[in-house]
Amino acid sequence: MPDKAALRTPSHQGLRRLLIAIPFLGAIIAAIRMDAAPTRAPADVTHPGFTLRDETAAAGIHFVHHRPTLDPKIANIEPHVAALGASVSVADFDGDGWPDLYFTSSKFGEPNALYRNRGDGTFEDVAASAGLADLNRPGDGVSMGSVWGDFDNDGREDILVYRYGYLALFKNIDGHHFQDVTEAAGLHRWINSNGAIWVDYDRDGLLDLYVTAYFRDDVDLWHLSTTRIMHNSFEFATNGGKNLMFHNLGNGRFEDVTDKLGVGSTRWTLAAAAADLNEDGWPDIYLANDYGPEELYINDHGKRFTLQTPGLESESKSGMAVALGDVFNRGHLDAFVTNISEKGYLFQNNNLRVNELNDPTQRRFHNVADPVVADAGWAWGAQFGDLNNDGTNELFVVNGFISDDPKTSYWYSMSKIAGANARLFEDAKTWPAFGHASLSGFEPSRVYVNRGLAGWADVAKSVGATDLYDGRAVAFADLSNRGVLDVIIANQNQPAILYRNYPDSSNHWIELALTGTRSNRSAIGAEVVVETSGITQRRIIDGGMGFASQNDRRLHFGLGHTDWVDRIVIHWPSGAQQILSNPAVDKILAITEPKS
Amino acid sequence: MTDAGAVSQPSLRWWQRSRSLDPRYLIAGLITLVLLAAQLRYHVVGGYERLAVALLTCTITEALLSWFARGRVVNLQSAYISGISLTLLLKPQGATLWPFVLGGFLAIASKYVLQYRGNHLWNPTNFAISCLLLAAPNRVSVLSHQWGNDVATNLVIWVFGLVIAARVRVVHITLTYVVSFLVLNSLRATLLHQPVLPEIAPITGPMYQLFVFFMITDPRTVVRERRWQIIVAVLVAVVETAIRFGSDQGWPLPTAFNVGPAFLALAIVGPIAKAIDLARSGAMPRSAGSPATS
Repeated sequence: MPDKAALRTPSHQGLRRLLIAIPFLGAIIAAIRMDAAPTRAPADVTHPGFTLRDETAAAGIHFVHHRPTLDPKIANIEPHVAALGASVSVADFDGDGWPDLYFTSSKFGEPNALYRNRGDGTFEDVAASAGLADLNRPGDGVSMGSVWGDFDNDGREDILVYRYGYLALFKNIDGHHFQDVTEAAGLHRWINSNGAIWVDYDRDGLLDLYVTAYFRDDVDLWHLSTTRIMHNSFEFATNGGKNLMFHNLGNGRFEDVTDKLGVGSTRWTLAAAAADLNEDGWPDIYLANDYGPEELYINDHGKRFTLQTPGLESESKSGMAVALGDVFNRGHLDAFVTNISEKGYLFQNNNLRVNELNDPTQRRFHNVADPVVADAGWAWGAQFGDLNNDGTNELFVVNGFISDDPKTSYWYSMSKIAGANARLFEDAKTWPAFGHASLSGFEPSRVYVNRGLAGWADVAKSVGATDLYDGRAVAFADLSNRGVLDVIIANQNQPAILYRNYPDSSNHWIELALTGTRSNRSAIGAEVVVETSGITQRRIIDGGMGFASQNDRRLHFGLGHTDWVDRIVIHWPSGAQQILSNPAVDKILAITEPKS
Repeated sequence: MTDAGAVSQPSLRWWQRSRSLDPRYLIAGLITLVLLAAQLRYHVVGGYERLAVALLTCTITEALLSWFARGRVVNLQSAYISGISLTLLLKPQGATLWPFVLGGFLAIASKYVLQYRGNHLWNPTNFAISCLLLAAPNRVSVLSHQWGNDVATNLVIWVFGLVIAARVRVVHITLTYVVSFLVLNSLRATLLHQPVLPEIAPITGPMYQLFVFFMITDPRTVVRERRWQIIVAVLVAVVETAIRFGSDQGWPLPTAFNVGPAFLALAIVGPIAKAIDLARSGAMPRSAGSPATS
């Protein structure tokens, strides 16, 4: 029997080849169209439900972050190494009922700023008189961020400033002045840190301190003994500084319990957040690690933590920030971790991880980031919050790494070494010179509106978040006690921004200002579940969340058109549970933890 | 117990038997090893659905097109290799899968459409990657540092790669390209007064390992004579160096050239060289069979 192929004449073959060419060309055209097409159907951008206005200057905030100048031995990549340090944290340090703001700068001689909220929409910088301005000094290091927490439970918010250098703990003396108690607290440790969180891991009513480390602690960026200070992998680096856990002994002193608890990751951690993620009553710790996979430390009854990677190991990336929020109103805290994306070069893709740790069939996180949320450029800080008070979380992401010469990009140079052998790029001297190049600079922030199953839509432009600064930290706070979340952004080497939020509807809301008694006074770690008309929302009072940021202590819940709340369940850090039925709405409720 | 009636065959050692093995099996085995090592150690795939989609697209396309064009379904080894290569190399935005569908289809279909004298001209994976980088730079990137930066893993790939490249008799192409890359880019760095190390660093990365063992050495798309194979490998390195020079100088090249200069260089030089080779040899169209390439 003759071979069928032998029966095919050249003309037949030519015809068939032509027929194959049609879908072939179609595939190329399809690729071009897919490239140009929006990743999702556009949202109704004319009605995102709120407007953000840049009212920084009107509020009297004139803070500009300055980046550090480092050892000339690494001058070739100084813009890269010195690209962090802009931070913002929120607390009512003077107890007047208005949230205040603390910004850090990172250059020797440049002051940090403590903006006291006057309550009339304006702020005044009182850092100098408070004793919190002059923290960037040779020998001590430069500020990278701060977290507020009442570590001595005296009713006044204290503050820890973490630096590329020594930690600095300040006790709030009288609501106006702060005293450096670092030495007395046993915290005089050199640690090149970009993050810290307050967490009462053993539920003894005292805030403990978890400090993340970036460069090793033997690295002094102003007096380098070696230039081999960089990461040993772009994806699986383990040669970063060691994170530290300090146990609050209650007598003003802290004890290093890192090894005892097993939380000393050396994965170049950029951000940490604590919450009871598996809902067993004990706060767990979630880490976003640069050059490596995320890590989840599960708290074993305050005795020890076990490192777990339930669903976090599928891809290793460059974790920049971790924000916790109830994404789909399921009553669980999910995690959003920012990463790097640059068109054509690298799509590490942000992770939006739905928490299924409590689902006995899953016991893991499940990444559900659609392309819109996955690509926010070189993303840094992020926060969940209900910006339009409709009862679902929005997601604010700041981004942009280095904006310098807009015509020169470092990405091509970066691509040379990024895939290379670790021995080469571990040495800072090997890196191509940065010069005045930009690296994912001039990126617009993303403001994602949650449309449920329809996915997320970026409405940044339509709501007015149009700055192109290199955002690092973003925090939410109801600065005017209006029942509305305002947005504060710390930008690297650039001015800070206050976006005041103007919802365009009369949606209802409720806010809770909690005070711990058996728990720490700041109520950090308290998780609140609000139940309304079948909708459940969970939020947590954070001891630091996002990247180099901390949100308003008061928990804000949008209620949409519903003007009632069925009940509120408060899970206090002490383990106590409190239920409030039918509380009043459109108010800030002050709740004190029952003493028994 | 032996079969007395059987015809006696001289007993062969495994390496002697392996000499008669179709090279495609060796290449398929190596790339499977690479995939396994990369996934088990680094989770480099980024989701098994990507692997499934790429493999299915490549094999189904190969089966359908070979049946349609040649009246029979050809060996699917090369489609398998293409599927694995695309899975390793393509890194798309978000969790999108269409680049694996379009990439797989383009890789295989290119063999049936872009022919000269009955032979295809582009390495299928090289064509698909170059095409996607040029057509969809906002949605697609390629393997960079997702594969760790560990010398041990790279060494394993190099050892197995060299053994198999030697077996397939293309090791001179690999080595010529590597030496040319090192020399030319050192020269480029010197000319531009740049440090040499960053300029030769890329060759130590995983993308280049896939390139030197699975693309530039593709038996079906390299020219035939050893001498010309060496010249073409040098030319690929020359064009790549020229592209990098352009990137250094800030020429307004499409992003694809900055991201994958080696891919683009091969996509430019390879088909031209192959076409000239075919024209010189006067090769006749093949009536059946399928290219055995990745």
